[in-house]
Amino acid sequence: MSVLHIPRAIYDALRAHGEETYPHECCGVLLGESVTGEWRVKSSVRAGNMRTDSAHNRYMIDPVELVRIQRDAMRQGLDIAGFYHSHPDHPAQWSPTDFAEAHWIGCSYVITEVANGKAAITNSFRLAGAAEEDKRFEPQTIEIDEASTATPSESHN
Amino acid sequence: MTIIIPTPLRQFVDGQSKIEVSAPTVKGALDALTLDRPELRKHLFNAEGKVRAFVNLYLNDEDIRYLPQKEDSVVLESDTLTIIPSIAGGC
Repeated sequence: MSVLHIPRAIYDALRAHGEETYPHECCGVLLGESVTGEWRVKSSVRAGNMRTDSAHNRYMIDPVELVRIQRDAMRQGLDIAGFYHSHPDHPAQWSPTDFAEAHWIGCSYVITEVANGKAAITNSFRLAGAAEEDKRFEPQTIEIDEASTATPSESHN
Repeated sequence: MTIIIPTPLRQFVDGQSKIEVSAPTVKGALDALTLDRPELRKHLFNAEGKVRAFVNLYLNDEDIRYLPQKEDSVVLESDTLTIIPSIAGGC
């Protein structure tokens, strides 16, 4: 099973984000470096949820916001390692919608269940495969780096 | 011009995050990018030769879907074309 390495502060921040936006889904971007095929998260950026029509069970990040986040990441020598979002009162498992809308092969998708306003389980899934036609989510182990001093970036919007 | 390659597509360009091409239009830039990279082309275009719906193309900060000339938009050497797959989902 692959591993997603993430600093404690960033892990806690993405969970806190889900609590803040409850009962709506939160979303954000994870930035990092690929080391021997595994992502090491160095930073995270909160993103806006465009799905204001159905924010309790849908999220979408504006592509233009992603363009800017990627540009900023490249300036820092980082890559987009993955994304996070929350499932209000719903398991931290990828849904058919999550799968249908997943296109960042090789990246991690981190999902947090927020139950009654409190962050519960957080899981990570790597989008594996060589192409859209054979993509699949594979569960990942989340390894929290307690020693890292990395912190989330300011919100991008 | 510079084409920014997103993480999922770097496996088709030897891991590079950006590629320099010379072309007069967005379409020309994509053709130059995929000329010798058929696998990359399959990821960007459907069987009808149209850009896949989940592939967003930004010429600098503009979505080419909303430019008057779309893929036929003229580009400058100093321009940047960013390929950004969509990100969405939900429970």
